[in-house]
Amino acid sequence: MELVFDNDRPIYLQLVEYLKLYIVSGKLQPGERLLSVREFALQIQVNPNTMQKALAELENEGLIYTERTNGKYVTKNQELINKIKKELAVEKVNKYLSDMENLGISKKEAIKYLQEIGGEI
Amino acid sequence: MELLECKQLSKMYDGKIALQNVNLTIPRGKIIGLLGKNGSGKTTLIKLINDLLVPSYGEVLINGEKPGVNSKKIISYLPERTYLDKSMTVKETFKYFSEFYDNFDTEKAKELLKDLDLDINLKLSKMSKGMKEKVQLILVMSRKAELYILDEPLGGVDPATRDYILDTILSNFNEGASVIISTHLIADIEKILDEVIFIDKGKISLVSSTDELRNKEKASIDEIFRRRFKC
Repeated sequence: MELVFDNDRPIYLQLVEYLKLYIVSGKLQPGERLLSVREFALQIQVNPNTMQKALAELENEGLIYTERTNGKYVTKNQELINKIKKELAVEKVNKYLSDMENLGISKKEAIKYLQEIGGEI
Repeated sequence: MELLECKQLSKMYDGKIALQNVNLTIPRGKIIGLLGKNGSGKTTLIKLINDLLVPSYGEVLINGEKPGVNSKKIISYLPERTYLDKSMTVKETFKYFSEFYDNFDTEKAKELLKDLDLDINLKLSKMSKGMKEKVQLILVMSRKAELYILDEPLGGVDPATRDYILDTILSNFNEGASVIISTHLIADIEKILDEVIFIDKGKISLVSSTDELRNKEKASIDEIFRRRFKC
């Protein structure tokens, strides 16, 4: 499980984004126990301090929680996971629309593209 | 007490200033990049920390003490050029290290060697440059040290070897220990660094957390370094 990072943005923020994807996509299940910070860091091949910082950020957002002495777990709060999933989806849609706008394609046309191409699959 | 402190550290060679008034504190549990062009003073600083040079002015303190017998026990040092006798086999280098250092973990070194698929009875002189670098890294990382100092560990190795070296550093540094990696190949290494120290013409020009610096300048450490020290 080696992730690719851009060097021009804080690594811990990129790690937060990857871990959110793992959670909303179910790669990390609600209530799942995480590896220790060091083990997790080594598995992904990042600096343990970077992992620590990313996990602290996710904990701030409520996506993971710490059980005293037992380690860290993914939240069981499905509503929160859905909310984050929706936020990420909205972000992607906005990005798509703005990319299309840069191509000189209107919103309406952009949606048509989606229906045509997305519908075929 | 700080792991490592340099106070007004200065070094002159033949009337030339190699290092000028360096004030630095290295905390525990961090991976730190010592970044500078060739001839910027990186190796001079590292040699002063390792008691291979004597300061012209100022001092180095490791756990509050000047470099000496105690600091050599807790610092595991990978020099830029090897000091190992090339006629030794890998097995002999392991024995040499275990006799020299109480904290050398022979079992761990053997484990790491397994991944390389290398014959323990092979002489260093029979190995490729990349393989020699790997063996030396295994030796250095198999000590349970408080501070690892790696001088240009990536010099002249291929990308696969570079990845191996970075993984080995990350996976094997003793918990709570710090690692100082000196290099001019910044792009290859910056993703694993907590902090960077920029050194130029014998002076420290910047000390920062890597992620804070990226965030502030909206650029990679490599790019920021190039902007500052345009040739």
